[in-house]
Amino acid sequence: MSQRTCLYDVHVALGAHMGPFGGFEMPIQYSGIVAEHQACRQGAVLFDTCHMGEFLVEGAGSVADLDQLVSCPVASLESGQCRYGLMCSPDGGVIDDLLVYRLDTERFMLVVNAGTQADDAAWIESHLGDTTTFTNLSADTAKIDLQGPAAPRIVQGLLGNVLGGLKYYRFVQTLYRGEPVLLSRTGYTGEIGVELYAAPDQAIAFWNEAMALGAEPAGLGARDTLRLEAGMPLHGHELTTERNAGEAGFARAIADDKTFIGSDVVCDAARRKQALAGIQLEGRRAARAGDALCDASGSDVGVVTSGSYGPSVGRAIALGYLDVGLTEPGTDLTVRMARGELGGQVVALPFWKKGTVRKRIEGFLKPR
Amino acid sequence: MSQDDRKYATSHEWAKQDGDLIVVGISDHAQQELGDITFVELPPMGQVVEAGDECGVIESVKAATDLYAPVGGEVVAVNEALEVSPELINQDVWEAGWVLKLKPSNPGDIDALMSAADYDATV
Repeated sequence: MSQRTCLYDVHVALGAHMGPFGGFEMPIQYSGIVAEHQACRQGAVLFDTCHMGEFLVEGAGSVADLDQLVSCPVASLESGQCRYGLMCSPDGGVIDDLLVYRLDTERFMLVVNAGTQADDAAWIESHLGDTTTFTNLSADTAKIDLQGPAAPRIVQGLLGNVLGGLKYYRFVQTLYRGEPVLLSRTGYTGEIGVELYAAPDQAIAFWNEAMALGAEPAGLGARDTLRLEAGMPLHGHELTTERNAGEAGFARAIADDKTFIGSDVVCDAARRKQALAGIQLEGRRAARAGDALCDASGSDVGVVTSGSYGPSVGRAIALGYLDVGLTEPGTDLTVRMARGELGGQVVALPFWKKGTVRKRIEGFLKPR
Repeated sequence: MSQDDRKYATSHEWAKQDGDLIVVGISDHAQQELGDITFVELPPMGQVVEAGDECGVIESVKAATDLYAPVGGEVVAVNEALEVSPELINQDVWEAGWVLKLKPSNPGDIDALMSAADYDATV
């Protein structure tokens, strides 16, 4: 039985095409994937991400416990800062990828994927010491991603000047309609924007008010093409329990100056047989997850993990794992599909290079 | 609602008589289900197909699907505009979004396809 988010009725009223994802009935698209994708690159879009899980981890042992559980550095996080990390098994596979928010010295929020939430909670709880407590906030926490160059101004219009000076991967806690909300400068699109955490009533109001200020609703279809163009991984595709997390190559997410569960495998370069790479195809025809990647001699050298037409790139693009040594940009490859073969080339990530995600936020706010 | 001036295959193609040729496209229902179409593989000119044979590929952001010949015949024209603007199928599925023209092996075969009303009742 699929769950519904607090925004379900809003999606239906907007005419969304709904579909199952991660145990929830989610909007796949509204006006169309390409239009929603372009709206994010050019304006602002809203994603319902209430399906994702939020955990509170707090107590005297929380820093040490989390530093064992996730690949990114936790002790060095400042209050008001968040980091992207991987939660690995002892064999180096990725149980989930997540965000770690330092709410206070000994108080953290973890944000995890929907489909993995129950397993994540069990894994985390079984690895916490006596002085650390775990609370699953997911049922009462709504989440909306507001993304795109117009997003900061929309937040400013609804919440006042709370984003001034906010850097990438920093967050603020403030009030919206009298209730506490958290806004982080994070996202999954390659564009500037925020992820909002709020109570369900506040989230519904935020969605409607942001739409009134010009934000357009976007579904999981556009979310996938946007993240793919941004070169961002999706758990279950690029990151799985079967593959050594070190092969994904997200070096910023993996601390090299601490140990964590799985680190002896993940941080051992000698154990990486393949590496994640971006592949641009010759035309519009897309490679799909599972298609084989072959070198000039026709030998299998890897596998596609995600592939689609990239609406902003104007070409088909893919992420995939390639044997080490073949991931240099410019390397020619062939994608072998059930329907034939496609030519392609390794390119540097992200595919979409004009993203606003790392720009100074002041350029996207109205002067005070 | 499908258009009455043509016939429909269960595999969601439309077929319209044009002189002694049959123009083939995909149904409005099919283009709506596929969503934004991003790539169309057209068959080679001169290819001879039987009814039900694969004669192209339509890809959207979401998925790839085969195009099937609604009747048998020879491919005598393809809509090359779709190579650069596959979205024509979304924008104008009945006219500018046509995919190919067949010279039918048996001119009467089109009569065996479904009417618009019968097709709409299946989707």
